[in-house]
Amino acid sequence: MDAKQERRDFLIDGLRVVGIAAAGTLGGFLAGRRGNASENRWQIDPDKCVACGNCATYCVLDESAVKCVQCFDMCGYCNRCTGYYTLDGLDSRDTAAEDLLCPTEAVIRTFVEGKAGQNFYEYTIDTDACIGCAMCVKGCALMNGSLYLQVMHDRCVNCNECAIAVACPSDAFVQISSDKPYRMKRAVVGVIQQKAEQSDAARELIDRVQTDE
Amino acid sequence: MNKLVLTSRTTGTPARQPAHRRAGVPVLQAGLLCVFIIVLAGSAVADEGLPELKFPVPEFSDHPIPTASVPDVDGEVGTVWDIAILLVFLSLASYFTLVSRSRRDVLLLTIASLIWFGFWRQGCVCPIGATQNIALAIFDSTYVVPLTVVAFFILPLVFTLCFGRTFCASVCPLGAMQELIAVRTVAVPRWLDHSLGLVAYIYLGAAVIFAATRTGFIICRYDPFIPFFRLGGNTDMLIFGSSILVIGLFVGRPYCRYLCPYGAILRVLSCFSKWRLSIPPDTCVNCQLCEDVCPYGAIHPPTVMQSTGNRKKGKQQLGMALLAAPVVIALIACLGTMIAVPLAQWHPESRLAEQVRLEEQGVTESTTDASDAFRGTGRSVEDLYAAAIGRRSRFVKLGALLGAWTGIVIGIKLIYLSLRRRRDDYQADRAGCVSCGRCYWYCPVEKVRLGLIADISEVVPGIELAQKEGFPLGESE
Repeated sequence: MDAKQERRDFLIDGLRVVGIAAAGTLGGFLAGRRGNASENRWQIDPDKCVACGNCATYCVLDESAVKCVQCFDMCGYCNRCTGYYTLDGLDSRDTAAEDLLCPTEAVIRTFVEGKAGQNFYEYTIDTDACIGCAMCVKGCALMNGSLYLQVMHDRCVNCNECAIAVACPSDAFVQISSDKPYRMKRAVVGVIQQKAEQSDAARELIDRVQTDE
Repeated sequence: MNKLVLTSRTTGTPARQPAHRRAGVPVLQAGLLCVFIIVLAGSAVADEGLPELKFPVPEFSDHPIPTASVPDVDGEVGTVWDIAILLVFLSLASYFTLVSRSRRDVLLLTIASLIWFGFWRQGCVCPIGATQNIALAIFDSTYVVPLTVVAFFILPLVFTLCFGRTFCASVCPLGAMQELIAVRTVAVPRWLDHSLGLVAYIYLGAAVIFAATRTGFIICRYDPFIPFFRLGGNTDMLIFGSSILVIGLFVGRPYCRYLCPYGAILRVLSCFSKWRLSIPPDTCVNCQLCEDVCPYGAIHPPTVMQSTGNRKKGKQQLGMALLAAPVVIALIACLGTMIAVPLAQWHPESRLAEQVRLEEQGVTESTTDASDAFRGTGRSVEDLYAAAIGRRSRFVKLGALLGAWTGIVIGIKLIYLSLRRRRDDYQADRAGCVSCGRCYWYCPVEKVRLGLIADISEVVPGIELAQKEGFPLGESE
């Protein structure tokens, strides 16, 4: 091997060592700077959501990771539920498909009690059937607004760039810490916090919800 | 708050009362005041409890109000496992290409990667997309970059510096997909190959700029095979992915060679790798079989001795390229500033500002969901405009930067093309070779080493004769 070749090899060896050291430093620097902070997760801010319906169609998953959540502590248990019935259905109140808002029958109506001449119904969401189309959310917003959308983290694959976030018209998609990867309507946080003192379910919910900005 | 309301009531009430009563009944006034205080105090307590509802939550005799539950974050594969699996795959890939030199094992590993990183992990995390997260993490210290992503970005770089692009060969799921469908490939003309290869570097520059400014993650948005891995995707993605697949039947690895931004980085690093794939295990017999079978045009024939005149011409060419480079860079940087508006329009807020401006000026009657939602927020139009204008002026600089980067890439390419290297035998291109090991299958010297054939002449008749007479076969240039 001649001197020229040797010199060249030495240079390339040096460059390689520098390259590996640089890659290592970059990795170490980034890992160090992030520290123990928990990673981000996509979530919907229900106070910003305008129930446009993009969540059902833009998610990269076949079945959107966005589902409806019922906040029972905001629900009026109405007989004439605008989140359950279409406008026509509100009058007839039969359960024929054309009278119901939900395209997949994911809103389940159960009779609870008749009181003072009024019948009260509980509306629960069948999460497996829900497609996150926000029809019920939009309807419910006319009344108490107890129904809201959330990204379900057992389904969400946490894409770098959430396709729904790109399509979201109202900036309602936010990235929040995976410690508490859910949100709820700000108005009801206090109620759930009070409820959490007695109820395990409420405590479990509030533990997963970001309550501050 | 209460106090403020109270004072307005006390000053407001007398004005609304008729004058004679105002003077005559101070006791009644005081009584009214008390009632107000009680009502206000009561409503303040209610405020802290429930929000104002159109229909209050009823109280049932024996039915407690339930609470909805939300599922916990699904712990898929842990960070440590993810990184360990990647390390194992990278090590195996390097072992199969460089030590055991087995195309069959490389192919099996390719299929395994396609199944694991592709269909099982659904193409995420991938080092190609990780480039953007790293760019964002460098420029935005508030972004929490996952450790898996850091490892997925760094490890293949280190492996490439040591062993060449073994990652591309059989670990990358996108590469694996294209590797398996490259069945009837045609040779791409050199000039076209070199020109299209530049696109990857420009794409890399654009992706870094977009990610660092949180404008968008374009690598992920235009990932060709995600819809196949996830068995579903939007129309744009499906059309793009299918086109890449169809092209991939005839042009080997079109995404890797002409688009992949991470491949662009690995190309450069691969030039400095310590070890790399060498086609014949010992002496090359110059049979040209490997060059013919390489679907990626990454094998170069031996060079013809240059005459001194040619060399002089080459040197002149190099000098011209070096002189022209700064001019090209400045020129394209200027051009880059002109694309600031379309670049900025990638950001949804800039698009919204444009839409709102059209609505304000009465150019368009119809509103979009986004502009409706914007008007619902109460944010001022001026504020939105200011944000959009600020972003545009930032993108003037970034556009210039992208232009300069493009110029540098073109300049380096021109210089690289005017350098001539001497090759005595068939060699894999340091940058272009993805270490797939296809050439092993065809190399007659390799077959002799494996004991598949007794002598080279069984595969390439007449080669021994040619060797003896000192004619290297397959002089294509």
